[in-house]
Amino acid sequence: MSNSRFVIDGKDIPFRPGQTIMDAAMAAGVYIPHLCHNPDYASTGNCRLCLVKLNGRYVSACTQPAIADSQVDNQIDEINQQRKTLLQMLFVEGNHQCPGCEKSGRCQLQAVAYYVGMLSPYFTHFYPRRELDASHPEMVLDFNRCILCGLCVRASHSADKKNIFAISGRGMDSRLVINSTSGKLGDSNFSAHDAAASVCPVGVFLPKHKGYEVPIGQRLYDREPIAQVGDVAHPNHQRDKK
Amino acid sequence: MNRWRDIPQRSDLLLQYLIDIQQRDSCISTESIQKLSTELAIPAAQIKSVIEFYSFLHTTPRGHFNILFSDNITDQMAGSRALMRQLCQQLNVRQGDPRADGRVTVDTTSCTGMCDQGPALLINNFPITRLDSKRIELIAQLIEQDTPLEQWPAEFFEINDNVHRADILLTHNTEDGDALRALLEEGAETLLQRIGDAELRGRGGAGFKTATKWRLCKQADAAQRIVVCNADEGEPGTFKDRVLLQSYAAQVIEGMTLCAGIIGASKGFIYLRGEYRYLLDSLEKELQRRRDAKLLGNNILDQQGFNFNIEIHLGAGAYICGEESALLESLAGHRGIPQKRPPFPVTRGYLGLPTVVNNVETLMTACQIASHGSDWFTDKGTRQSAGTKLLSISGDCQQPGIYEYPMGTSVSDILIDCGADGPQAVQIAGAAGQTLCHREFKRKIAIEDASTGGSFMVFNRHRDMLDMVQNFAHFFAHESCGFCTPCRVGSTLISNLVDKLYTSHATQNDLRDIERIALVMRHASHCGLGTTASNHILDTFNNFPDAYQRRLRSTEYTPAFDLDLAVCEARAITGRDDDDAHIVCPPQEGFKP
Amino acid sequence: MSHKIRVATTSLAGCFGCHMSLLDIDERLLELITLVEFERSPINDIKQLEPVDVGIIEGGVANTDNVEVLREFRRQSKILVAIGACAINGGIPAMRNHFELKECLEESYLDGIGVVNPMIPNDPEIPLLLNKVHPIHEVVKVDYVLPGCPPSGDTIWTFLTELLEGRPIHFPYSEIHYD
Ligand SMILES: Cc1cc2nc3c(=O)[nH]c(=O)nc-3n(C[C@H](O)[C@H](O)[C@H](O)COP(=O)(O)O)c2cc1C
Ligand code: SF4
Ligand code: SF4
Ligand code: SF4
Repeated sequence: MSNSRFVIDGKDIPFRPGQTIMDAAMAAGVYIPHLCHNPDYASTGNCRLCLVKLNGRYVSACTQPAIADSQVDNQIDEINQQRKTLLQMLFVEGNHQCPGCEKSGRCQLQAVAYYVGMLSPYFTHFYPRRELDASHPEMVLDFNRCILCGLCVRASHSADKKNIFAISGRGMDSRLVINSTSGKLGDSNFSAHDAAASVCPVGVFLPKHKGYEVPIGQRLYDREPIAQVGDVAHPNHQRDKK
Repeated sequence: MNRWRDIPQRSDLLLQYLIDIQQRDSCISTESIQKLSTELAIPAAQIKSVIEFYSFLHTTPRGHFNILFSDNITDQMAGSRALMRQLCQQLNVRQGDPRADGRVTVDTTSCTGMCDQGPALLINNFPITRLDSKRIELIAQLIEQDTPLEQWPAEFFEINDNVHRADILLTHNTEDGDALRALLEEGAETLLQRIGDAELRGRGGAGFKTATKWRLCKQADAAQRIVVCNADEGEPGTFKDRVLLQSYAAQVIEGMTLCAGIIGASKGFIYLRGEYRYLLDSLEKELQRRRDAKLLGNNILDQQGFNFNIEIHLGAGAYICGEESALLESLAGHRGIPQKRPPFPVTRGYLGLPTVVNNVETLMTACQIASHGSDWFTDKGTRQSAGTKLLSISGDCQQPGIYEYPMGTSVSDILIDCGADGPQAVQIAGAAGQTLCHREFKRKIAIEDASTGGSFMVFNRHRDMLDMVQNFAHFFAHESCGFCTPCRVGSTLISNLVDKLYTSHATQNDLRDIERIALVMRHASHCGLGTTASNHILDTFNNFPDAYQRRLRSTEYTPAFDLDLAVCEARAITGRDDDDAHIVCPPQEGFKP
Repeated sequence: MSHKIRVATTSLAGCFGCHMSLLDIDERLLELITLVEFERSPINDIKQLEPVDVGIIEGGVANTDNVEVLREFRRQSKILVAIGACAINGGIPAMRNHFELKECLEESYLDGIGVVNPMIPNDPEIPLLLNKVHPIHEVVKVDYVLPGCPPSGDTIWTFLTELLEGRPIHFPYSEIHYD
């Protein structure tokens, strides 16, 4: 045990040296919105939703080491408004037709947007044209919903040791690509049991031959906000069971 | 792969191999990718992802003559766009598309660092400056005649230093090896102390204390350390590093060697932006000359174990690669994505090794301080900002070029010296910097006041400041690396909204949106590109509100797109052109760029 | 409240699901009727649009007729509300944005399964399709949005009652969803 502590929104949080603000907050059960962070993989800090203020300075909680006796603002209106803007950017960047998306109800993008009270994407939609990849026998990839969080890239690299995914291009032309001769998932050595298959916070990876199994009203985020329910990859009820 | 043929293949040289292939074949074919993939054991998709990141690399052929007009605002002010149209017309080619016979491609690129002698272009990576209508005509002829570049008039490729004011740095030449002899005689600690006493701060923009950086790296626990000279100079309006690399390369390299000797590094890199490829030969020659003179290589100045070797790596058209962690990724052959910090490069840099990244000017200055002492430097400048600073001055002034000033010199004094006629604004520190208006001209160039990496662009009172805003907005949308949400999406949203404004279709509401996005970019972005990319917008909102107000619609709202144009496909498919096949916009509502 | 607020509704490129949801506020509809008066709406089949306090739009903008109706609503409504996923981000109809309009029309009228008498209609009576389906906020100014596909009766009820009482509209967690 260590007695280093810092404060998030008035609440005292203990931490061990080397922990980030996010690590310490998660361990203490304090929710900081995030999409690209998953405790199983090294954080990169690309979605920027975990924007917090550390002693008055903006930082991303998932990459910033905790500092003893510091003050962190998390749930304040000023930050919430900016998180809403970030989410709106993600929604207009891709094609998110939730009513037709199998992930709806257990999608982290959606859940965080509900949590911050985003009512609409507001900005002008880009409506990019992105192809589906249905070449794999077990999995369809719908790139329309990719938010470039890089989690599948990290999982395939560090957990699966396969390096099947990469992000290509630059700026708004960035996109997820697949390491295979044809560029198709079916030609890679991907398996539906890979870690990469289940880390996507949104609805890109869709298992074939099943879907819409949980009725509306009973899905992960239908009744309670993500702050209580936890991430789609690590729901709190599973964690409690462990 | 000429440059690298004598060394064994290394996967961190991927980008360098790609650049060579691009130069040789004018594109990187699927076969080339496959070959590299096998040889380097890097998946083909990963190689493609690198190609797609860098503007100068292509998977489909460019023209035999590949022409890129520098598109900085200063080039535009000097008439570059009209000259490009002229060239396209004479060659009968569309911007961006290779001509059908494969002879030529004409396109634009971000600032090529020739702002004091623009408009400028790059042809197969070689700069041609001082373009005018006559020069364009000649270029068109040479291309039509398929004259090899080597036979083009030499004066086309002349690059001037244009040093108009020299202070201690540019006048006190050191003897070759002075700094290194001082190091060997007085020891690393004394020299490090000297750099510290001189209060030298990084000249690349961030102003970090150089001695502290070197010490941190020296203290990092590792068997090997790295010194990197950041010669990416991508900030629009900056070209002082180009002049140093062209005319003071010996001191820059000696500065690197000094750093290596102090921190105990055996390997160094010069990361040279692709736009400065024309300097490659002279730099390689200088490296060789220094190796021959025992100022570089193994057992430098016959000191056993003082080994330091330098490799030059080229960039390939990516402004973000000037950011140090992105630069290190690029050096490793990857896409130039900025890394989270900590860890900082001084503890984990190039391939995980402790690395010092310094600007060209910083290294050159360190070399001079080593020979001349710290007082020589601190005698100039202000209490917080010691020494002198090189400024790259361009835009509306009679004598654009390089000016070396003591820190603390006021903007207004500089404007007088460079012959600025009726200036209304100075863009300081490049597109990412600050827009100073008339009442701020009394401010001083210094870290504690108007801080700059060296860019100083002057706008006279006849300029429309929105031209600058639009140019910068496009620049950042083009150069955002795409890693993080606010910069990736925000820079494009802003660029589109500024276009809407530029064509007089925006409303007050759009301005509010621009401001909201600009602030989120500033606060939430992952790296310095995104956090500074909206400075010009927020500054001009404050300083030049008229530039915006004059273009605003008086209505509260206008559509996000051209409604009538949105029916064009259906009209074409059905052949209809009746009244109902059009959407008429009341003049107050219409959106018609 | 002395006089009732006047409400008009319409469906553009939508499925009338949001209108069904409006009716789905059940017995509260009776309460609502005492507070609001429905002007033009598919609910009562009034076709003429008079000036109203609140205009409620379901569906996105897919063709020239949608544009015309939407702008008329904007002109006549003090407050314009986008209701449902389609009005807010184009919704399911916007999935055609993945394709060229030409491809969509060819698939529907020339090459599709079961097409008889293949021909792309060009009758001037038929409104032309826009290149893409757009949410309504890209064509007119929108004052409020009600997310959902469709929004639940509760969401609509929260919105209308808080609007009527002039309060800032605040939805409880369970009333914000996009599907
Ligand atoms: C987007 C961006 C671009 C940059 N470009 C350059 C550059 O071209 N040259 C440079 O020296 N520093 C550049 N920098 C600053 C570097 O990250 C780094 O601070 C600098 O090279 C350190 O050297 P110094 O301490 O000698 O200034 C850039 C920073 C950012 C955020
Ligand atoms: S991925 Fe999430 S936000 Fe996107 S369409 Fe699916 S449910 Fe909606
Ligand atoms: S597919 Fe999913 S996990 Fe992979 S980068 Fe896109 S959003 Fe992230
Ligand atoms: S701020 Fe821009 S350039 Fe920097 S990491 Fe984010 S997207 Fe890349």
